[in-house]
Amino acid sequence: MKRRTLLASAAALALASGAAFAQDVTKVGFVYVGPVNDGGWSQHHHEAAMKMKEHFGDQVELVEQASVPEGADAERVLTQMALGGADLIFTTSFGYMDPTINVAAKFPDVKFEHATGYKTADNVSAYSARFYEGRAIEGFLAGHMSKTGKIGYIGSFPIPEVIRGINSSYIHAAKVNPDIEISVVWISTWFDPAKEADATQALLDQGVDVVLAHTDSTAPLAILKEKGGFGFGQAADMYEYAPEPRISSIIDEWAPYYIERVQAVIDGTWKSHNTWQGIGDGMVGIGEITGPVPAEVKAEAEKMVEDIASGAYHPFTGPLNKQDGSAWLADGEVADDGTLAGMNFYVEGITGDIPQ
Amino acid sequence: MDFLLANPALLIASVMVAATPILLASIGELITERAGVLNLGVEGMMITGAICGFAAAVGTDNPALGFLAAAAGGALLSLLFAILTQFALANQVASGLSLTLFGLGLSSLIGQSYGGLNPPRAYRLDIPGLSDLPFVGRAFLQHDLMVYVSLLLVAGVWVFLNYTRAGLILRAVGENHDAAHALGYKVVLIRIAAIAFGGACAGMGGAYLSLIRVPQWTDGMTAGAGWIALAIVVFASWKPWRALLGAYLFGGITVLQLNMQAAGVNVPVQLLSMSPYVITILVLVVISARSGGAGAAPASLGRIFHVTQ
Repeated sequence: MKRRTLLASAAALALASGAAFAQDVTKVGFVYVGPVNDGGWSQHHHEAAMKMKEHFGDQVELVEQASVPEGADAERVLTQMALGGADLIFTTSFGYMDPTINVAAKFPDVKFEHATGYKTADNVSAYSARFYEGRAIEGFLAGHMSKTGKIGYIGSFPIPEVIRGINSSYIHAAKVNPDIEISVVWISTWFDPAKEADATQALLDQGVDVVLAHTDSTAPLAILKEKGGFGFGQAADMYEYAPEPRISSIIDEWAPYYIERVQAVIDGTWKSHNTWQGIGDGMVGIGEITGPVPAEVKAEAEKMVEDIASGAYHPFTGPLNKQDGSAWLADGEVADDGTLAGMNFYVEGITGDIPQ
Repeated sequence: MDFLLANPALLIASVMVAATPILLASIGELITERAGVLNLGVEGMMITGAICGFAAAVGTDNPALGFLAAAAGGALLSLLFAILTQFALANQVASGLSLTLFGLGLSSLIGQSYGGLNPPRAYRLDIPGLSDLPFVGRAFLQHDLMVYVSLLLVAGVWVFLNYTRAGLILRAVGENHDAAHALGYKVVLIRIAAIAFGGACAGMGGAYLSLIRVPQWTDGMTAGAGWIALAIVVFASWKPWRALLGAYLFGGITVLQLNMQAAGVNVPVQLLSMSPYVITILVLVVISARSGGAGAAPASLGRIFHVTQ
């Protein structure tokens, strides 16, 4: 009891001092799942945070914590940040969803923004990017560039975001080559270069020659560079592996969103929302198409980027069946966001099961 | 399971590569623990070795110098642990854990400008005629030299521990440091040497990751390999050949499950991933049941030695 009062008074004190400073300096926290120089996901969030800081200058104080495990430890870190007087905290990995919701309930005056999740509260927003739009482009290129007719996908955890990516990649690879096969390898981590490298090697050993990674490091590209095959930049452009093995990339553009949301806190207009932005909004960028991609394929891919951006084309357009053969989308029908957000099934043509 | 028949040679080759970093680290830790010192800083020494090796290999364009630098870096870091535990008589568990944290931070600091670089390629074994043999060649005889170095190291440690006087002294220090001291052996010096050997091996194991297995530098890239190496030492009940078995088992299961997934075989990923740890626990239970609770651990493991005591 005593300890709880102490904690609560400490929280009140921190909040009070935070409020006192609020006129001058807004304190913004960022929590990352990997190191800030992983070359991918976490680094890109960090760089966006730095851009945000640059934009606001002395108006904003930035606090960052890298390599925070998803789980109980995340709650501790978030509590500490909130007690430290943060006004707005960005939690940048799917696994921080429940910790964010839990901590947010204890600090109603602190605002939270959680990336790639689906739970919100009065002081918790969810924001995510429509990465599956980028996966459509990658799948299309993979379908063209695979000589063996086998493409590989390195998945982290079987969550909707990754399953959407697998489906979108496969649908567009199969449009180019109906006989294409996709091998999915789950490695149960977002960041483990050695495991990512082993998974890439395992895929190559099975005859795969284009690898799409849904993990955070550049290890898959390092292996492809040495052993041959094509891959893509993930989260960051990873242009250091261009022109090959990296033939294009999905780039996360978080900075505009971060600037917008911090501005809202400064103006006092911040409201909880659940946003999902794609290529058209500028949150998903497609890196330059490089390497031995034929000019007409490149042109077609670029056209697809434009069509997705303008809304003329949706990557999940029927006719599409689920893996078991049951009908999902009729001809011309477009998937609704609710189904996509909770996607837990493969589309027809993908073999293998989603681990439960 | 046609995937096994299709490519057993490639599978064996992948297992050997995946097992080498943890084998190197665990054989080093095995010597340290046989001398009675529990160094939980393997992860930190590995990652420090990974960046030292990477930096040296990139700087000199010579992978062999990279491995030497990695060994030196790992050993140097382990000496910090030696000072704390052998002279300052600090708690070994706490010192080891802080060594891991320190190593992770230090490597991150050194590695700031090394992201996105490619290390020079390591030398590969190429015996005319033999390396091109259909199965044996691809599976066993086309590896980089460090794979064979690690195997020689296991053999060397086995000979050292069982057939040399120095090995016997090291074991005596680990079993009963007071008795060894009474016999006139320099317990602290011997332990420092063992700690440094463990650090050098862990450093080389880390460099194997950054120079060959991945090959690139990424912050935190060991991602827990050091802890697996510690588990292997227990699994091996402090015996060198069993450490080899353990490393290949741990590495093998990882690679096997990835390959099975890639081949489209439905495997319970979680069950396979946890199986080496389950086996480790079983081994511990069996050992302690057989020896009536005494266990196979060196009797002075983790105990602080002070001359006046």
